[in-house]
Amino acid sequence: MAPRHDCAADGVMALRKFKGVGFLLMLLALWELAAQAEWINALIVPPPSKIFKLFFELVASGQIPMQILVSMKRALAGYLLAAAVFIPLGVFMGLSRTIYRLFEVIVEMLRPVPPPVVIPVALLFFGLGDEMKIFVIFFSCAWPILLNTIDGVRGVDWVLLNTARTFGLSRAKTVWQVILPACLPQILTGLRVSLPIMLILVVISEMVGSTDGIGYFVLDSQRRFRVAQMYAGMLALAILGYTLNQLFNLLQRLLLPWQRGRQLE
Amino acid sequence: MPILDVQALSKSYRQAGGDTTLAIGNITCQVEAGEFVSFVGPSGCGKTTLLMSIAGLLAPSSGRVVVNGKEVSGPPPNLVLLFQEYNKSLFAWRSVLGNVRFGLAARGARSAAAESKARKLIELVGLKGFESHYPWELSGGMQQRVAIARALAYEPEVLLMDEPFGSLDALTRLELEDALLRLWAELKTTILFITHDIEEAIYLSDRIWVLSRRPSQIMQELKIDFPRPRHQVTTRAEARFMELRNDIYRQIGNQEVP
Amino acid sequence: MKRSQPFNWLGWSSFALLLAAWELIAWETPKLLLYFPPVSRILAALGDALAAGTILQHGWVTLGRFAAGYLLSAGLAVTLGVLLGYFRYLHGLLATSIELLRPMPSVAIIPVAILLLGIGDGMIISVTVYASVWPILINSIDGVRRVDPTLIDTGRTFGLSSWQILRQIILPAASPYIVTGLRIGLSIALILVTTAEMIAGSKGLGFFILDEERAMNSANMYAGIVVVALLGYALNRLFLLLESRAMKWRHGMIVRQTA
Repeated sequence: MAPRHDCAADGVMALRKFKGVGFLLMLLALWELAAQAEWINALIVPPPSKIFKLFFELVASGQIPMQILVSMKRALAGYLLAAAVFIPLGVFMGLSRTIYRLFEVIVEMLRPVPPPVVIPVALLFFGLGDEMKIFVIFFSCAWPILLNTIDGVRGVDWVLLNTARTFGLSRAKTVWQVILPACLPQILTGLRVSLPIMLILVVISEMVGSTDGIGYFVLDSQRRFRVAQMYAGMLALAILGYTLNQLFNLLQRLLLPWQRGRQLE
Repeated sequence: MPILDVQALSKSYRQAGGDTTLAIGNITCQVEAGEFVSFVGPSGCGKTTLLMSIAGLLAPSSGRVVVNGKEVSGPPPNLVLLFQEYNKSLFAWRSVLGNVRFGLAARGARSAAAESKARKLIELVGLKGFESHYPWELSGGMQQRVAIARALAYEPEVLLMDEPFGSLDALTRLELEDALLRLWAELKTTILFITHDIEEAIYLSDRIWVLSRRPSQIMQELKIDFPRPRHQVTTRAEARFMELRNDIYRQIGNQEVP
Repeated sequence: MKRSQPFNWLGWSSFALLLAAWELIAWETPKLLLYFPPVSRILAALGDALAAGTILQHGWVTLGRFAAGYLLSAGLAVTLGVLLGYFRYLHGLLATSIELLRPMPSVAIIPVAILLLGIGDGMIISVTVYASVWPILINSIDGVRRVDPTLIDTGRTFGLSSWQILRQIILPAASPYIVTGLRIGLSIALILVTTAEMIAGSKGLGFFILDEERAMNSANMYAGIVVVALLGYALNRLFLLLESRAMKWRHGMIVRQTA
């Protein structure tokens, strides 16, 4: 009864990907040519071959991986802390009108603050250390996680709630067995939205106030006019972002095996 | 003593604009244990409201519902409502087995015996082999069977069903009607069934109440005494079947004419 | 905070309580004065700075850069997004490149921008454009691609030309998604402007806040943050106002998105 695997569509997708990859390679080749032939200033935009070569060297020497590790330690600390605090808070705020109204004004006051603007505050409190970045990321990831959790809890279909009632479930059991599983997808959405925010903020906070980390690495390379190295750092960041996305998708498939297909229509 | 006693039940809603609508007018009826009864009425006449009120999910504006001698003031413990939107009612995160076991667990049955009971019920509704499937993998008819199995796992004395087959195609509907009758014969639950399909009501029930337009009131009570077990071809071919059908149709249809 | 609901006494009280607690802590523990200047002092600093016109000047600079960057990116991204959504072949060409470039945090472009454009308005506006383009682009492409084929077929059965279908059917049908992208782009643009001002600016609210922090004028720093928050709030409200006018037909169905 499950929907059949559409082999024809897969074929078309593969062909399309081939086209896309081909186009990308063509662009890279053009870039290479332009840089080598000095059509563009190779000091500012070096040829991709140079960038890739340097990138692999830096990875092999461990320099880039080490900077990434430093950044990710801070980033994940802030991210997980935000999840640990704001998912439960969101659940309570979603379940109880009173609790929601208690915090509503404070949340609406803090929400419009663009996260990077918090960095100077964090600098004031924590100086240049890891805590500063963790705090900034904690603050920045808070809102998507909190708001999506609240939305998820509130959005649980009334039919599900009435189903729990008709089966005589207690309030506590209804929360545990019905509401929480039902809003897990939305909670994960909040977590997914926060992931790029986490990455952006760790880079910014390192550019503004740090002496290590991949964000600092990129800015520092620019300041020292090590241009190819700067691009290599950016490449590392792109790969990091991509990897994090894939890891999250994997996590989502593990946590929500029942969502592999379409939603119940 | 009737297992279900509805006494002068009425329910009104306050609309967004501020006016009140009376959904159910004045409904009084009794259901004996083990009966299969149906409410038939035009769309929008408040059938769902009626069922939800009997199920204790809505508080009546006046009148009361008595189940097994106890007045209803919240979902009664020996009664279960099967929702019209079964796809929204099933737990998407549980397999078929998981959903049915939920019904058992809600009853308090948690042991290893519960597992085998659940499997037996799944087989009873005709879904053997699909225990580990998730709801999204099943067709509408199969999802409805899961919902029925889950409700039956709860072993309710009274089962309320809100247009359970309304959104299924005609052939699946006939199949499920027979499946339901078999289950009912075996488990001897009392069933209160709501439908807009007149022939379905006649085919399934011992008694039918015909509801008027909103605010619904009982226009007529009909006793259906075709022999059981009923048969899709022979029962429906009886002359009396068509008479009843036309009778009810005129009753309901008449309300269109001023 | 919805207008149709009763006034949230509880919420405002808890907020006021928080401010009062802050004020008290600030006065009672002079050691923490640096980190928690009393709210009253912050407000005073805000008042002074407003009077002296400094914050307003910085505010205008930031607003100007934001407006330029956001509007430019919106124009570019919506146009490109609609084109890519409509012309499958184009999308096929660029999809891989987009997918590879997307995961890179857009702020990483700042050093490149500094290299190419130095520090100043040009750089700041450019990085803002770069960063805001992504969410608007992706959502626009998505929106156009998701238009139900039935809608398009309806247009064809009524004899509409391709251009008419694009204008009268596809664009309106895709508009909720495009609007979502524009809303996300709004916050991103503000983030990038303030960030760029912090990293390499000499004017603007981002620069002001960081500068005051470096000079240990925490009251001024907080005052600046309040102004930025107000700016962000005002821009959001303005967006919602315009959106509700333009999307009246959708308002019954709107699902709250969060970014």
